[in-house]
Amino acid sequence: MGKRTIVPFGPQHPALPEPVHLDLELEDETVVRAVPSIGYVHRGLEKLTESYDYESMTYVMERVCGICSFGHGWGYTGAVEGLMGVNIPDRAEYLRIVFHELSRVHSHLLWLGLLADGLGFDSLFMHCWRIREKVLDVFEAVTGGRVILSYCKVGGVKKDLTPEMVQRIVSMCDDIEEDMRRTGYVFMKDSSVRNRLCGTGVLSKEDAVELCCVGPVARGSGVDNDVRSASKWYREVGFEPVLYDEGDCWSRCMVRVDEVVQSLNLVRTALRNLPDGDIAVPVKGPAPVGDFAFRVEQPRGEAFYYVQGNGTKNLGRARVRTPTNINIPAMVRTLQGCNLQDVSMLVITIDPCISCTER
Amino acid sequence: MSYAKRSPWLLHYDASSCNGCDIEVLACLTPVYDVERFGIINTGDPKQADILLITGAVNDQNKEVVKQLYEQMPEPKVVVAVGICACSGGIFRDCYNILGGVDTVIPVDVYVPGCAARPESIIDGVVKGLGVLEEKQRKMEAER
Repeated sequence: MGKRTIVPFGPQHPALPEPVHLDLELEDETVVRAVPSIGYVHRGLEKLTESYDYESMTYVMERVCGICSFGHGWGYTGAVEGLMGVNIPDRAEYLRIVFHELSRVHSHLLWLGLLADGLGFDSLFMHCWRIREKVLDVFEAVTGGRVILSYCKVGGVKKDLTPEMVQRIVSMCDDIEEDMRRTGYVFMKDSSVRNRLCGTGVLSKEDAVELCCVGPVARGSGVDNDVRSASKWYREVGFEPVLYDEGDCWSRCMVRVDEVVQSLNLVRTALRNLPDGDIAVPVKGPAPVGDFAFRVEQPRGEAFYYVQGNGTKNLGRARVRTPTNINIPAMVRTLQGCNLQDVSMLVITIDPCISCTER
Repeated sequence: MSYAKRSPWLLHYDASSCNGCDIEVLACLTPVYDVERFGIINTGDPKQADILLITGAVNDQNKEVVKQLYEQMPEPKVVVAVGICACSGGIFRDCYNILGGVDTVIPVDVYVPGCAARPESIIDGVVKGLGVLEEKQRKMEAER
């Protein structure tokens, strides 16, 4: 048995865009134990409900995370609408699906790029991010923002799509699908990608269930817990969960590759069947006493929103449970017994979003 | 400044940003904006960096990290605060765990506003930072 060494990983590390710290206990090259420590990004934004009313709180909640910003806006406004007993128009539901799925496309492409960067496959990284910019162009044309969209509001959405814009989004989807056919093929077949990812960091189905994994981490191990399956609106646009059974880094990667293509299809179906009518209903008055919970399938997995009204314009409590938080135990489990050089791959494949986790 | 005299290397650190500015910093490096054509490279090593890009406000846990990164960088060095949170705390300035903008901990040379800061303005901020870098270099040489 070799001597135990502790190697610090992070908070500032080339493989990580965000600060998280891991103490890796090594025996020669093998990781025996990984101890994560977080808190570098904690802001305490849930407490801001005391100073912002429930409508302006949407702007704060969107900034829980800049990558899945639309989803956080949707989750929060969905929970407040439930608390207030508001039903939003069908057109708004469809537009929310369109923008949420486009956010998923951009988030997954971003992640695929980061994975390629972690692999040292720089040209692939650049291609993923080149494709992603097409989605951001559409975001900018519709909402005016590239990252933080401010598109959701309590009662619906803020801006309608013109028929020309619908046409533009559909042709953009076709364009990205063509790009993904080629780029996805590299992730699927390229030997340098497969050698690094196949068989690395296997998380069995039993472990995934036991550790309550969510999102692509769970679906890469064959656990179907996609929240979208439970949504009436998603069933209308023909949603089917993407599942892989291997449980290794490669299958977690392929779940995301397939989900990009699937999301493009969902966007096109939703735009084809876009109902006519209003895009928002007015919501006024204080939030009633009571509470409500709402779930959204974020690109990284299930996010859970809880709001509590206390009879005033300010909410008593707004709480988010984010996917990365739940997936960290799975990451720690797969890190045990892995090689030091695989650590960055394992950390990347849970798609950590530290800013969501710590808020 | 007509052209860059040197190829500045960037060190990017996410203080407590929401990721919005971070992904825009990364977007600057990728094909659509492509700052590598100016010789700008994103490095992970503070000892090789000329410009420190910080996104997000400073909190109790990461203020030491920010200070350490700044101290590890060789002179001359420039700090660019990217996004409104790094400039002043932004929407999070009232949060209990936020100390304020990056300038509460280390001196900042260029402030880039925006939520999230656009890639164009980040590039503009870095180019302004290059001017500051040259100025500092000249001052160091004059003192020598």
